[in-house]
Amino acid sequence: MSVKQISVFLENKPGTLKGLTTVLAQNDINIRALSLSDTKDFGIVRMLVNDVYAATNVLKEEGFIASLTPVLVYEISDESGGLDKLLVHFEEAQVNIEYMYAFAGRNAAYMIFRVADTKKAEAVLQGKGLHSLAQDEIASV
Amino acid sequence: MAKYFQEEIECAPRERIRAMQDEKLRKQVRHVWENVPYYRKKMEEKGVTPEDISSTSDLHKLPFLSKADLRNAYPYGLLACPLKDCVRIHSTSGTTGKRVIAFYTQADIDMWSECAARAIVAAGGGPEDVCQISYGYGLFTGGAGLDGGSHKVGCLTVPTSSGNTDRQIMFLMDLKATILCCTPSYAAYLGESLKERGYKPEDIPLKAGIFGAEPWSEEMRRDIEQTLGIKAYDIYGLTEISGPGVAFECSAQQGMHINEDHFLVETIDPDTGETLPEGTQGELVFTSLDKAAFPLLRYRTRDICTLTREPCSCGRTHVRMAKPKGRSDDMLIIRGVNVFPSQIETVLMNNGYAANYQIIIGRVNNTDTFEVKVEMTPDMFTDNVGEIDERRKALSDDLKAMLGIKARISLVAPKSITRSEGKAVRVIDNRKL
Repeated sequence: MSVKQISVFLENKPGTLKGLTTVLAQNDINIRALSLSDTKDFGIVRMLVNDVYAATNVLKEEGFIASLTPVLVYEISDESGGLDKLLVHFEEAQVNIEYMYAFAGRNAAYMIFRVADTKKAEAVLQGKGLHSLAQDEIASV
Repeated sequence: MAKYFQEEIECAPRERIRAMQDEKLRKQVRHVWENVPYYRKKMEEKGVTPEDISSTSDLHKLPFLSKADLRNAYPYGLLACPLKDCVRIHSTSGTTGKRVIAFYTQADIDMWSECAARAIVAAGGGPEDVCQISYGYGLFTGGAGLDGGSHKVGCLTVPTSSGNTDRQIMFLMDLKATILCCTPSYAAYLGESLKERGYKPEDIPLKAGIFGAEPWSEEMRRDIEQTLGIKAYDIYGLTEISGPGVAFECSAQQGMHINEDHFLVETIDPDTGETLPEGTQGELVFTSLDKAAFPLLRYRTRDICTLTREPCSCGRTHVRMAKPKGRSDDMLIIRGVNVFPSQIETVLMNNGYAANYQIIIGRVNNTDTFEVKVEMTPDMFTDNVGEIDERRKALSDDLKAMLGIKARISLVAPKSITRSEGKAVRVIDNRKL
């Protein structure tokens, strides 16, 4: 089950990230995971939030450019070799990762993966005993 | 619905126009000779007297006037009648040096209003129309010019002037405005604002727009036509000669008809000053045939374009000018290459970006830096940095192909480039030359 990530375009100048976080704070939206990819003059903020639809709406209203992208979120054990054990399955199934980032939940750690073909990756990784998160779990884990 | 405002003149046979021009020119040269010492001196220096000018074929003998002359002669040096006969001034939006001011008698204003009325009728306007004028009112000729025209046609005139978008939209929707007059950049802005508020083109009562006072591309025209659900008409004018309505587009939209009964036009080689044959690209030069207060002879506009007297399918016989490639004042020279901002606009729109852009020029180590700020749009945004960069690269390549020089493209946040409510600030030149 893939999860919807919000990607937001940010111009690379002081204060733009703050502008984004202020909008989210004012609307009571909790950021569960965040990664910032930047080039010389612009950046893309990628986030998992507790309420993805509310967040998309308020960001659009405030004039941000945002889009939704499906990502896969897997739990890993917070110990040495935890990520390695997970990636074994990616390697076996020949799933190519475009980008990834991580977040620590209340009880476990999670890796977020963007892959070229989300549906296909989900199918080949199923039944390997991996624990993936669904959209409605993002707010609570 | 009338097709013409003054059919007899607008569709007059060429010989009649020519005869009218010959007679008016002789009178006007004498009027200037007798009343404008500044120009008389220029004529004397060239060894020309009014006797030498018997028809429009003698026009080339007269000296030119340029913007520099207007500044030198500020404020009264080119005034040709007593101040007590003047009823108004207008002034250019010039940002450098002294402003240029032009004087008008009541007759001058009436003539100008008729010219603007011809433009409104050519765009399908009539007494039953509601004409919203969102050009700035004041020193700028835009508001006053179309206002005068709208009154002559008998439209219900809604003088909103520029700015205050919410109020513009309220009047536009509540009074069911059918014709919008403003700068093309403001029309695009209004269109976007209406779209944001959920209005579809079919909800908007407008049927036509008359847009001018700044260069705009065909791509921008299509864009405005789509968002507002209208047919967009170009209009041309300049304060020095009167204001909007010197030339206007008809339904054929194959160039703008110059109101030749009032304004004599030629194209010249901008470097040598030589008169060019019809159809050759050159600088537009106007001679005001009827103005009493501020009658400029052979005024160099710096606008580069071509003229044609080929018959037009609309029935008008007056000469047509192509859309100016840009005022040579707007032309930038970057790394030795001529660049018109309108060319950049064309490339942006062809690549799917908004027409809102800003050009920033600087100089580092004696080399010009050339940056184009482009607003990101929802359509051009993806989560993939590589893809955004590829699109940027494609834009950069297209710009290079169009202009011959490479620009640095900066992608900026939507609506971060100052929106114009009058004329757009498209160019920031930080070079200290």
